[in-house]
Amino acid sequence: MSDAHTDAVLFETTLLDSHRQQRTARATLRLRSDEDVVGLRKQVRERAVAIALSLVDQTKLVTAASELARNTIKYGGGGEVHLDALDDGMRKGIGLLFVDAGQGIPDIDMALRDGYTTGGGLGLGFGGSKRLVDEFDVDSRPGEGTAVMIVKWKR
Amino acid sequence: MERIPILRMGDLLLVTIQVDMHDRLAMQLQDDLTERIVADGAKGVLIDISALDLVDSFIGRMISNTAAMARVLDASTVVVGMQPAVAITLVELGLTLHGVKTALNVEKGMSLLGKRYR
Repeated sequence: MSDAHTDAVLFETTLLDSHRQQRTARATLRLRSDEDVVGLRKQVRERAVAIALSLVDQTKLVTAASELARNTIKYGGGGEVHLDALDDGMRKGIGLLFVDAGQGIPDIDMALRDGYTTGGGLGLGFGGSKRLVDEFDVDSRPGEGTAVMIVKWKR
Repeated sequence: MERIPILRMGDLLLVTIQVDMHDRLAMQLQDDLTERIVADGAKGVLIDISALDLVDSFIGRMISNTAAMARVLDASTVVVGMQPAVAITLVELGLTLHGVKTALNVEKGMSLLGKRYR
């Protein structure tokens, strides 16, 4: 799978750039429906087990994936997620890149605050998922779309 | 349509969540439980989540809302069997399940509900 996308915009993040060299494999899933979120959770869990992440780290990564996938569907109008196998020479990791071509996030710092929501939810998913992973990066352009990248490394 | 079964035992309702719930299914369960509390005159609801390997903010909110709705319908809710990794993740995510009673397993949950109402 190349970096060219079917119907979603791909933005550059610092993290994304550094991980181009560390990526060993990539798979892409479509995010449109509730069922797609469940499918992603299953895939992420399988990959986390495959690189022997601890049970707590598996759960944190799958939960963060669930939160961000829901955001992609609810706020981004759907999009896709790239599942990357990472290897920096010292350790293995999993990178997830969520991309949508939705309305974008006008104020990322505000969106990351606990309790802040524009969708009637709890306002915990975005900021909360940042706490659950090792690396987190966002690029969003109003009117064009949003890209969120997260990484969990095997300890 | 896909549904999570609700069992009745005396004046208690028992739910064991054994599937990876998508959002619509979680909302359906919340609605079904609220209706059954009224229809069956239930005094307690026990939700067993021991088979759930993930509770994200949506499922957490469903659990909190269900407990709040049960409370105003004069029923008590106990959530039992949360896996340790799920508990760690929930707290780090920022979810506290405020107002929800918890117990380690079904037996302890039943006795918690029993003490209050019998």
